[in-house]
Amino acid sequence: MARSLISQARLLDMTETSTVYSIVLALLFAVAAGLVGSFALMKRMILGADVISHVALPGLGLAFLWHFNPLLGGGAALFLGTLLIWQLQKKESFSTEVAIGVVFAGSVAIGAALTPKEDLVEVFFGKFEQISGFTFLVGVMAVAVIVYFILRFKSALILNLFSPELAAATGIKLNRLNLLFLLAFSLTVLIGLRFMGALLAGALIIIPAATGRRLADSIWMFLFASTLASVLAVGIGFLLNAFVFRNIGLAPTIVMVSTLLFCLSLIRSRT
Amino acid sequence: MTTRSILSVRGLKVHFGSRKVIQNLGFEVEAGDTLAIIGPNGAGKTVLLKALLGLVPYEGEICWSPTVKLGYVPQKIAADRQMPIRVHDLLSAKAHILKLHPRCIETVAAMVGLTPEVLRASIGTISGGQFQKALIAFALLGEPNVLLFDEPTASLDELAEERVYDIVEQLQREQHLTVILVSHDLSIVYRAANKVLCVSKDLVCFGPPREVLTPAALEAMYSAPPQYYLHRHGKEPDQPGKAAGHD
Repeated sequence: MARSLISQARLLDMTETSTVYSIVLALLFAVAAGLVGSFALMKRMILGADVISHVALPGLGLAFLWHFNPLLGGGAALFLGTLLIWQLQKKESFSTEVAIGVVFAGSVAIGAALTPKEDLVEVFFGKFEQISGFTFLVGVMAVAVIVYFILRFKSALILNLFSPELAAATGIKLNRLNLLFLLAFSLTVLIGLRFMGALLAGALIIIPAATGRRLADSIWMFLFASTLASVLAVGIGFLLNAFVFRNIGLAPTIVMVSTLLFCLSLIRSRT
Repeated sequence: MTTRSILSVRGLKVHFGSRKVIQNLGFEVEAGDTLAIIGPNGAGKTVLLKALLGLVPYEGEICWSPTVKLGYVPQKIAADRQMPIRVHDLLSAKAHILKLHPRCIETVAAMVGLTPEVLRASIGTISGGQFQKALIAFALLGEPNVLLFDEPTASLDELAEERVYDIVEQLQREQHLTVILVSHDLSIVYRAANKVLCVSKDLVCFGPPREVLTPAALEAMYSAPPQYYLHRHGKEPDQPGKAAGHD
């Protein structure tokens, strides 16, 4: 009896720890999404955030079909999609939006065809699940890589946004920078893929950046405001989902909070 | 390449697909020169500047002296002026990449007359003249000894244009810079340049403006009889048939 209680208590502890891991990783994802989203917004590839998460669909579909880790499938599909978009981007006749659009349409079709019907809702809208210490650690490292990339290359990213020609004349290798940014972008989507789903993972890159842009007049203020809006959306979303909107999915709750924050930012008049 | 030569170009060819933009161009620039590149629209002036900067693929030889540090002021920036980027953010980004001391930003801002208010302003809110000064300040970061200007006053009114050229001349005097500039304005060529390179896909003329800018050369370059004349101040009457300029 006592042994059973102890084992139940341990199980409860482990469950609580796993829940904490999930929440902390979600908040860290929000930090990465705010930073990457700010630059994506300035690069005018904000719609790409929404679309690029759909690129993961074929991989997720295969993972559910063959019962292996969805993150592996989603990650592999995102990586291949990113490389493809990078190659398409280099051709002068393709803008980023067109390139992403072409890859997107094919990915959604293949993903929808591959994913078993009973798993479609989970693939599209995500699912909150407890994660292991190992998954948490990998997630933390991924966020650290994204934050490091943004901070390390912020000057090159700013110059590239302002004028690719001036950036190249300053010695920045634009091709490499664009690939690294796309990879950071896709990695951010990947971290949010399981709990936000393929349809909504991009939303936390788009909406907080749009909110931050409304509130900020300088680049650093913009990065800070976007990140704060993203973290607030995830934090408040978790709380609302746990205590108020229990019958609504976590990802839709977070996206609704994020949208509300954006609407609030509209109150501020821009000069 | 001679001992004073800072740039030597030989047999330069640039093409985009089947379209030949520059064919077999060759010239030399010496330290302290101000070289003006002139030619009609589509003659390849901007492409030549980009080839000199290594921004476009080319055939032939572009040989810069090993001591050269380049600064570049582009013709126009297609940047979204709504971006929340301040003038100081831009300068500080370049200073960070080149690992310069942040104080360098104040130094180059003072050189071109950018006030602290303009440095703090967003790029979307400053005037065309201030924007051009910001681009020149950007080019000056890292203490270049060669400045490349691509029509630096293309979108400015006459007063702002005068100020920009005053800055260029002052910089050249004080910093002993070599300047290579693309210009449509022949009066600027006479005023500022000691060498002129006339291009129309290939070389039309090269040398001191007053020697090589003959009516025949201008006609060959623009494929039309020149409508410029040399205006002289003082008692001597204007001479028709020569390029415009001020003595």
